[in-house]
Amino acid sequence: MKRRGRASERLFQGLCLAAALVPLVVLALLVGKLLVDGLGRLDWAFLTSFPSRKADEAGILPAVVGSLWLVGLSALFALPLGLGAAIYLEEYGRRGRLADLIEVNIANLAGVPSIIYGLLGLGLFVRALGLGRSLLAGALTMALLVLPVVVLSAREALRTVPATLREGAYALGSTRWQAIYRVVLPQALPGVLTGAILAISRAMGETAPLIVVGALTYVSFLPDGPGSAFTVLPIQIFNWVSRPQPEFLVNAAAGIVVLLVTLLALNGVAIALRNRMEKRRAG
Amino acid sequence: MSARTRKPALASPGRPLRGRATPLGERLLERGLLGSGLLSVAITAGILSVLAVETIAFFREVPLAAFLFDTQWTPLFSEPHYGIWPLVAGTLLTSLIAMAVALPFGLLAAIYLSEFAPVRVRRTLKPALELLAGVPTIVYGYFALVFVTPLLQGIVPDLAGFNALGPGIVMGIMITPLICSLSEDALHAVPVGLREGAFALGSGRVPVIFRVVVPAAFSGIAAAVILAVSRAVGETMIVAIAAGQQPRLTFDPRVPVETMTAFIVQVSQGDVSTGTTEYRTLFVVGAALFLMTLGMNLVSQRLARRFRRHT
Repeated sequence: MKRRGRASERLFQGLCLAAALVPLVVLALLVGKLLVDGLGRLDWAFLTSFPSRKADEAGILPAVVGSLWLVGLSALFALPLGLGAAIYLEEYGRRGRLADLIEVNIANLAGVPSIIYGLLGLGLFVRALGLGRSLLAGALTMALLVLPVVVLSAREALRTVPATLREGAYALGSTRWQAIYRVVLPQALPGVLTGAILAISRAMGETAPLIVVGALTYVSFLPDGPGSAFTVLPIQIFNWVSRPQPEFLVNAAAGIVVLLVTLLALNGVAIALRNRMEKRRAG
Repeated sequence: MSARTRKPALASPGRPLRGRATPLGERLLERGLLGSGLLSVAITAGILSVLAVETIAFFREVPLAAFLFDTQWTPLFSEPHYGIWPLVAGTLLTSLIAMAVALPFGLLAAIYLSEFAPVRVRRTLKPALELLAGVPTIVYGYFALVFVTPLLQGIVPDLAGFNALGPGIVMGIMITPLICSLSEDALHAVPVGLREGAFALGSGRVPVIFRVVVPAAFSGIAAAVILAVSRAVGETMIVAIAAGQQPRLTFDPRVPVETMTAFIVQVSQGDVSTGTTEYRTLFVVGAALFLMTLGMNLVSQRLARRFRRHT
């Protein structure tokens, strides 16, 4: 029996639906505004030019190259360490007091504001370890920032692997590590990769910690190694947004379009992976 | 001992035959994995010590009373004042505006998803809302400065180009999905039996939501809200771009203010040399920010744990 709702009930339901839709409308407005502002500025020269004092000659090449370096290096540090921590927590230390300590720590680190990681990077990598305002210092800072994301998502993925698979491997005489490496990890791989992509997108969009670590805002060269000074795309955008001339705001909008398209592509891959994983689990 | 009984034991591999212990390589591997786990503890220790060292050095030069009781924050002036309250006020003001937006939207959206939405709608709406959380904050900052503030200037008289209102509202939109997603989890966890009992007593759907479901999920929702406040307090780029750089002890949303995070960005952009008082202000403000967010995160975790235990 289907009961027809009273008017006040339907009104409330409509209100709730509107509340869910308004943020999406705002998102659509945001994207529309960016496309209107920035799409006309976007061309090959914008992608392949160095920054300039003249807004219409400026480009994002050093920022894009810097972003690739930074994201690549921080993934190199964060992914193996994060996966290792997740394997320890899920497969080895589930009952220990040490594991509890690590778990509480990771939960708390996930809530620390990103700019605090910037201060950690400034005090530890830039000053105490003497790395200076280099790509390496920035990448290490970013690696620490995304580590909780990697650990939490990798644990989620490991948890979906049924215990019977491990038991089967043990029954065939494999050691614990053989079971993890040959049976559990291949099963969990799509989930681990999804988490890795989420972490990479996070690293790609972060701005604040890198400002604190000392990324430059005006770079007229390409970084040539981990010791090089650098800028990244979000910082280039921030630099343009902070200028009073409206022509630079157009550059900022075009830079944001590039950033968002990159992130959208990354997330598309992550969603596709997740769907494949869910289909396999169901089938 | 309680930690041992809480989680079920995993199956473990049998001992290899002929009484050999676990191979050396395996034991080394386990140590290595434990090491990467302990890195998180090292990061926490690193944050605490970096903040503590510079904060202690700061208070050797500036008396605590000046930090707590002065009402001006002008550390870069020739006659510096170090009263933290203008920065705290800026942070609280923008966060309050953000919560005034995010709380009703996030909560009502969560109620819609959990109580009203057909399965298919829920399955598309939830990931769509999560998209909002994936947009980099610098993009929201641009939006606040270039779109929302000019729009508001048509409505609110005397609204400055940099103000707390525009970035506050945009920040609210940004954290709506966080409140929505966590509150929805909490509402969803309320047993169906409770709802059915209330319906059996003749209650309508809306009264059931407000008298039964929301109260039952209260600690879960409160955990979500506190976490959202903590996120707003720590948010940096939106306010650094659109709220201004003028520390001011005010709750007027129309004028430029400066948040704690925006101050850190402002000082970092200049070339501050190590060991100066200006350099240390970064870490003092950072330490205050860290304590505020840590406190809220801990309360939120405790509430979430209590909620899980009761459902």
